[in-house]
Amino acid sequence: MELLFNTQELITRIGIFLEGFCWNYNIPFFVLTIVIMLVVAGIIAGFVAINTMMLVLAERKVAAHMQDRLGPMRVGFHGILQTVADAIKLVLKENLMPQVADKVMFFLAPIIVFVPAMMAYVVIPWSPGVIVRDLNIGLLYLLGVSSIGTIGIIMAGWASGNKYSLLGGMRSAAQVVSYEVAMILSLLGVIMLAGSLKMGDIVAAQGNMWYIGYQPLGFLLYLIAATAECNRAPFDIPEAESELVAGFHTEYGGIKFAMFFLAEYANVFVVSSVCTTLFLGGWQGIPNLPITLPPILWFLIKTYAIVFVIMWLRWTYPRLRVDQLMTFGWKFLVPLGFINIFITGLMMVMKGV
Amino acid sequence: MEGIGEIITFYIISSIAVISAILVVTLRNIIHSVISLALLLVAVAGLYITLWAEFIALVQVLIYVGAVIVLFLFLIMLTYRISDKTIKQTNEQKSISFILSGLLLFLLITVLTRTSWNVTSTPEIANITSKIGNLLLTTYVFPFELISVVLLACLIGAIVIAKKEDKE
Repeated sequence: MELLFNTQELITRIGIFLEGFCWNYNIPFFVLTIVIMLVVAGIIAGFVAINTMMLVLAERKVAAHMQDRLGPMRVGFHGILQTVADAIKLVLKENLMPQVADKVMFFLAPIIVFVPAMMAYVVIPWSPGVIVRDLNIGLLYLLGVSSIGTIGIIMAGWASGNKYSLLGGMRSAAQVVSYEVAMILSLLGVIMLAGSLKMGDIVAAQGNMWYIGYQPLGFLLYLIAATAECNRAPFDIPEAESELVAGFHTEYGGIKFAMFFLAEYANVFVVSSVCTTLFLGGWQGIPNLPITLPPILWFLIKTYAIVFVIMWLRWTYPRLRVDQLMTFGWKFLVPLGFINIFITGLMMVMKGV
Repeated sequence: MEGIGEIITFYIISSIAVISAILVVTLRNIIHSVISLALLLVAVAGLYITLWAEFIALVQVLIYVGAVIVLFLFLIMLTYRISDKTIKQTNEQKSISFILSGLLLFLLITVLTRTSWNVTSTPEIANITSKIGNLLLTTYVFPFELISVVLLACLIGAIVIAKKEDKE
């Protein structure tokens, strides 16, 4: 139980134990490194799968209760096994490929969407010391990796050989390029204050005061831009059901569709955890509050709170039109981002940081 | 560059880069070419990482793969019927392009062999980002600003071309 609080110590002890194990049985160290890499990748993949099932169920329940319905109720207690059943159904489905599709690209697209979404988990600080790699350029890595996924969406749209899919892919390209600018601008204020791109440093810099206190505008801008980056409502024009059937994944079914779905919810979790790390103090508790919870629990509570807000947005606002989306991004979010950076810089100069 | 692992990594990444570069210019479908170009850019980012230049590598991925390639794809899809037929990607000026690329190769080889490279066995990786930032805004501030002005000129030019003509 002690070790749940002091995870730094826990990781060190596991490391010492494994090194000793290798010494005793004459196992070369590179084997240990490879085994650790595979085990960590497996843990992340398992987390992404379970997290997606939980979030899909949560989304359906949140949606239902907001609309005064009950949501899934049949499978298990209050429908708790509904998404498990859905997942089994998706995996067992036949793999269809449209005749006009570009075979190679159609096959590669879900992988190119899914892999970057998983790669982002490398720099998420779960708890002190519990991070796959605390890279010096952690935040930049996250932005770079998550920008690759867009190519997969465009490929999916184009390779399907269907005009609705193509329109969805094009809309996604325009949207992601526009909102990426706003997202990076909203994060710059935090980077300026922390003076580092390393996730561990950014969390440590918020010991006394969370950055949401210094950067309320940055927080709001990030939340909006991140929702758009995930292609979620009210910014879900790439897959707008009422206009484009299902957008870029119209032609996909079975396990390939499941990969798009996994990537979407993996991304929702990543942007929420980045929001937690950058603006809400990461795994640290509320300053001056005499409640001690394990850091991992703090992190998960805050992250799922942000996930809930993103779901809440989905069922509150109607979808934007394409031109409204562009106007909102370029004429509202980007200028506000610049104003935020300017104010942050001015305050830092005045305080002489 | 020491250790067998690093050498193997270098050769794998380099061969991916070379193969995808050849695919960019030989594939008949222009969308496939763009995707190979994206693969090439990711592979080059991987080469930067083997050289401990993480910052450059990730900026490369963020700007080239995340923005430039996406814009390429976007524009190709907006162009009328360019994406649904296979177009010949070479023209009749083969000889002049061979001469020009030969000259470029000669220039690159000359520069690479004549420069005395400052090789250290212990690369400095801590805080490289802030060092790059400081250098850009102190020592190299003039070229940095000059490039910004050039980029601005390009932007204005693009807007002027794209703007609809007012009809009196």
